[in-house]
Amino acid sequence: MSAGAAPPKLAVWKFASCDGCQLSLLDFEQELIALPDQIEVAYFLEATKGTIEGPYDLSLVEGSITTPADRERIREVRRQSARLVTIGACATSGGIQALRNFADVDDFISTVYAEPGYISTLEDSTAISANVPVDFELQGCPVDRHQLFEVISAFLNRRRPAIPSYSVCVECKRAGNVCVTVAHGTPCLGPVTQAGCGAICPSCDRGCYGCFGPAEAPNAPSLSRQLSGLGVEDVDIVRLYRTFHADREPFRSEGIAHER
Amino acid sequence: MSADQGGGTRTIRTDYLARVEGEGAMTVKIRGDEVEQVGLEIYEPPRFFEAFLKGRSFREAPDITARICGICPVAYMTSAFNAMEDALGIDPGPRVGALRRLMYCGEWVESHALHVFLLHAPDFLGFDSAWTMAREHREMVEAGLKIKKAGNDLLRVVGGRAIHPVNVRVGGFYRAPGRDQLDALVGRLEEARELATGAVEWVAGLPFPEFEQDYEFVALRDPDRYAIEDGRLVSGSGLDLAPDQFEQHFEERHVEHSTALHSLMRDGGTYFLGPMARYSLNREQLSPVAREAADRAGLGPECRNPFRSIVVRAVEILYALDEALRLISAYEPPESAAVEAEPRAGTGHGWSEAPRGMLWHRYRLEDDGSIAEARIVPPTSQNQPRIEQDLRAFVQPRVGLDDERLQWECEQAIRNYDPCISCSAHFLKLTVDRS
Repeated sequence: MSAGAAPPKLAVWKFASCDGCQLSLLDFEQELIALPDQIEVAYFLEATKGTIEGPYDLSLVEGSITTPADRERIREVRRQSARLVTIGACATSGGIQALRNFADVDDFISTVYAEPGYISTLEDSTAISANVPVDFELQGCPVDRHQLFEVISAFLNRRRPAIPSYSVCVECKRAGNVCVTVAHGTPCLGPVTQAGCGAICPSCDRGCYGCFGPAEAPNAPSLSRQLSGLGVEDVDIVRLYRTFHADREPFRSEGIAHER
Repeated sequence: MSADQGGGTRTIRTDYLARVEGEGAMTVKIRGDEVEQVGLEIYEPPRFFEAFLKGRSFREAPDITARICGICPVAYMTSAFNAMEDALGIDPGPRVGALRRLMYCGEWVESHALHVFLLHAPDFLGFDSAWTMAREHREMVEAGLKIKKAGNDLLRVVGGRAIHPVNVRVGGFYRAPGRDQLDALVGRLEEARELATGAVEWVAGLPFPEFEQDYEFVALRDPDRYAIEDGRLVSGSGLDLAPDQFEQHFEERHVEHSTALHSLMRDGGTYFLGPMARYSLNREQLSPVAREAADRAGLGPECRNPFRSIVVRAVEILYALDEALRLISAYEPPESAAVEAEPRAGTGHGWSEAPRGMLWHRYRLEDDGSIAEARIVPPTSQNQPRIEQDLRAFVQPRVGLDDERLQWECEQAIRNYDPCISCSAHFLKLTVDRS
């Protein structure tokens, strides 16, 4: 950014989601107050009612596409945005609500609502990238706030974000943890899940449950054989893969492969 | 935002409510000098949690329902494990209970601080965000962020992560924190408690519109402590219920303008959940530090002006920090971080006081521990009819205000409830189809 140039404009958009990833932005805490010195917060309804019209230099998108109106809205957001980055499991994978993609959505509606006619929804919950081109996807349920910070600074400085695509195992070794699977026979998705959380589950004696989504080139069938060897039943293998990134490959196929 | 449709009718409308969690809209229709219609519309897309919980293991309910809300995941986890432990007949004991309460204090601090300093306070001072407010009140915004950080730090240490904690399970925790880990928090919590004392005074000095209503307050009560993580449900008119009696006294209705279901008492009346209800019903159980701050802030024995809920929230922040420090100094690590839960068929009910009000869960389990039926009633859908009633009562004597002012104050009246629209939109289920 040259001296005197207008600061870049940031927009934050919400689709079907829990608000947790946007909240990570507000969790910057002390850095939060200084944010407007670097970047113009042009659209961020969770934090401010002041809005500035597009186009925007950087759009952060939380949530998945689940309604006809949102499918139109994300196209408009894309048109208005020089760079579009998705944040979190909903936006990058369709989220927990993508479990509807494995069921009949009409059954879902009548389970929850008494008057199905009022509800307008699409059959599937889809990732943003299934609807419009995206420039970067930040994984995590929720995203890690340090990684989010890195993504924003990278885009401000016109470089690619330094977000590792290796697995949780790398972080877990670095944290000095004993492997929960090897030592205790605890089922763990760490070998196929992308790092970024800080291996927080194995750090409290728990197996990873995959909330950061698939790592780069994971070998899910091999892990499943390992899990079966530990005595994990197919129904639980399906549950492991089919949670927060249920509809993202290879978790999707691996879940289907173990369905009876 | 406003239009004169002729015939003396004007409509004040906010299409996207800002500084609330989730997506909602507000409509106020005035004909002549009469308020004709008010609506808080919730159009957050439905996510169908109750439907896809079917067939999942009882062990997964805390992690899955946490994803309903990124602001109050501990509330969802707590109501879920309370219900599951009820269904399975297990009790992790007082040491695990104390640790759970400690974690929940972290969520109250984090969620209330977000609302008080970043979402609600700007309304009172005429700012559109905490950033613009910080230009004139930087010290207070910084204090608020420090307080919020103390809550998040507590969640990280006990829960393993601030948003969607990972260390929580049915039966207890995966790993109980060591004494030293909790002791390391004391300095930060004490500093936050100091700042929170000042914050109560600061918010008490904000300008409040004259507006008092005759609310039916509903909140949990525990004989031994200010209820947070469990209790019996009591009301101003004398209800005193166990979790499995909730449905006998409250019901939900599906209305066209909302993807959340409205919740009402069986007699059709609205009720009020959240900090003001808790304070008005359980004030005597606050710690001396919090009660004295409430007295200095002029809150009195009860509070019926919802605009002053910001003061009550600040008092609850102070209480939660004080209580966290008490729990840490009394901390004895549980002998076992969790009791094992064996699956069995049954039904369980559970609730807790989410920062914005009571959150109720019910699950029916099969023999193998898989969920046959789930029902979740979040606080905002319970408050929604009451919010609309407030709007109507608030606008009527103010119809003379210009549209811009009226819109501002109506939005503020909605924010009084710290509505969590993401929470309310997903799930609710009617027991009877009335079509």
